[in-house]
Amino acid sequence: MPALALTLALLLVPASPALAKTEIQFWHAMTGQLNDAVNSLVKQFNESQSEYEVKPLQKGSYAETLTAAIAAYRQRQAPHIVQVFEAGTQTMMLSGAVLPVYQLMKEQEIAVDWKDFIAPVVGYYSKDGNLYSMPFNSSTPILYYNKDAFQKAGLDPTKPPQTWKQVEEFSKKLIASGASKCGFSTGWPSWVQVENMHALHDQPFATRHNGFDGLDTQLLINREFGVKHVAQLAAWQKDNIFSYGGRGGAADPKFLSGECGIYMQSSALIGGFTKAASFKWGTGQLPHYGAPYKRATSIIGGATLWVMKGKPTAENRGTARFLKFISDTNQQMWWHVTTGYLAISNSAVKNLEAGYHFKKNPDQFTAFAQLTKGQATANSQGLRLGNFVQIRDVIEAELENIFAGKKTAKQGLDDAVAKSNEMLKEFAAANKQ
Amino acid sequence: MQRTVFRSRWLPYVLVAPQMAVTVIFFFWPALKSLQLSLYQVSPFGDKSTFIGLANFSKLLRDPEYYESVGNSFIFAGGVTVLAVLGALVLAGLATQKIRGLAIYRTLLLWPYGIAPAVAGIIFLFIFHPAYGILPYLLSFVTAYDFNWLLKSWVAMSLVIVATAWTHLGYNIAFYIAGLLAIPASVMEAADVDGAGPIRRFVAIVFPLVSPITFYLVVLNMVFAFFESFGVIDAVTKGGPGHSTEIMVYKLYRDGFIGLNLGSSGAQSVILMAMVIGLTVLQFRFAEKKVTYR
Repeated sequence: MPALALTLALLLVPASPALAKTEIQFWHAMTGQLNDAVNSLVKQFNESQSEYEVKPLQKGSYAETLTAAIAAYRQRQAPHIVQVFEAGTQTMMLSGAVLPVYQLMKEQEIAVDWKDFIAPVVGYYSKDGNLYSMPFNSSTPILYYNKDAFQKAGLDPTKPPQTWKQVEEFSKKLIASGASKCGFSTGWPSWVQVENMHALHDQPFATRHNGFDGLDTQLLINREFGVKHVAQLAAWQKDNIFSYGGRGGAADPKFLSGECGIYMQSSALIGGFTKAASFKWGTGQLPHYGAPYKRATSIIGGATLWVMKGKPTAENRGTARFLKFISDTNQQMWWHVTTGYLAISNSAVKNLEAGYHFKKNPDQFTAFAQLTKGQATANSQGLRLGNFVQIRDVIEAELENIFAGKKTAKQGLDDAVAKSNEMLKEFAAANKQ
Repeated sequence: MQRTVFRSRWLPYVLVAPQMAVTVIFFFWPALKSLQLSLYQVSPFGDKSTFIGLANFSKLLRDPEYYESVGNSFIFAGGVTVLAVLGALVLAGLATQKIRGLAIYRTLLLWPYGIAPAVAGIIFLFIFHPAYGILPYLLSFVTAYDFNWLLKSWVAMSLVIVATAWTHLGYNIAFYIAGLLAIPASVMEAADVDGAGPIRRFVAIVFPLVSPITFYLVVLNMVFAFFESFGVIDAVTKGGPGHSTEIMVYKLYRDGFIGLNLGSSGAQSVILMAMVIGLTVLQFRFAEKKVTYR
């Protein structure tokens, strides 16, 4: 029935230009307010042009998102873009399943001023000077303190502790005056107290330039500095100067309920604390032990966007356009102000400064100050370790054994290093072929 | 027993086919897959896969942490089973008394089973959390002992056992209520006439008569504790402090899905499977002899 077919064809043809939008699948792990921010960002992009439509999909936690993307990749159903946390960087780089962003932009001939990106962020995700994934939500741990409690304890509420000695001193005053039950607590124990403390004090976390120079790397956290710091935390745990509150963000309630007057946690929590805290609080940089240790920058955490390979060039073009869009100065400024995550380009930071954003929101500047004013060294560039998620688990389990008094700091860290080295060896073996 | 005779030769096969298909697709096929996986070292994206024989197993068997998780599993499964089965028997006993508003009590008793394990975990978290839980706050008036399960292993283990047992209690109660109601009143009356007290009646009559149910529930609760108790642990302790609430199925999940070490995870699931099959066979061989079917 050729006549009918022709009629149908004629009917369908005029409709097709409207359907021609290329869809770009974007899987991410942002929940709550952050999920809203992602949707809003995507909407801005979709409305800014008419060729591509980015479809965001929340796939659960970071780990679940990564697992889902891997499963999809193995079924040849991978999304175009997937958000992966920093600990998965080495896994992604060596996966053979991704198209590095620098290469994507080169192929699509889209100019990106890579030099404008702030160094601590780019350094973490680059290999041989080329950026592999697009920084999306980056943060760094900072110190939060309860101004009301400081006031009550007779401490200056405008002065956060700057050294560990002050943390101890202030904590004692907070406890003695009854202003708070415990001195300080921490979120993400491995990231904040082990990874970042090593970087901040310019101490190596692992051999081979923290793993950046090769897969044959071993942890160094059981050396003088690591043992000293963890032993100190364990000793403080006994006097409530330090109060362990669990992994991840499990300790947040300790600060929010007023139980501990000082807290170390990701700078991305500024927004959450602004909403949730019923007291005045401020921020400061992470405490330092002082001489003989140098002061380097802290390292970042958070996640980046990876481009999965094997998609048609036309679709990759949409992916590239979207990534270019989110890295532009205006979107970066919007993203930072909306979510509290770091703006990743120097020009965005400059504009924010010029607009008095930081004058009005000094807490938002703390993380930038810590990342840019300190000295960037080989030890503070970041960590590039295989099986890193499991290694973090190992470290945090041993920290719990140490804080519970089951093991000494030296024993616990020795055990953590031995187990982690085994995992690193395994990763190297699996990725050598 | 009466044998059903089908006239068509094929009909019986067609009738069992859906059930067989479900079993094969959702049980046998994944089991075979994990058996295969356990013999390989696989990169997360599956692009590099090397046959390494039994190396995943030998590595596990040399790992003290693995034995810890096996030990934890037995403590956990034992605790959950004893608590959930005994607790259910006692509560079911109470819920078959002649009391006012019985239907309401029974409904309420069955409720916890409708709660997803992860949600149950969150509920317990709110009650027991050292920072914002209500119970530690109340306990602090009674005792100076710090029930901080973030650092104290035994508190953490007790907490997940109680929470898990609670989620499974309703299911067990339903079975026991049915069992208790099926006991002929004449038997109980006869015992009454012979002057048996409530304890004697329970030990001599009720317990043996519900023993098939007890046996079934023990097997089921144990399998449940070994395999499906993951939600509570993930919501409350995440296996901590240290590794003290990391039971086998949780370690398997963390190694496989968080750590992306699929080979080891496959090997762990094979061992877990073998162990639960073994335990069930043992129970059928020894415990079943003591069970009185009517």
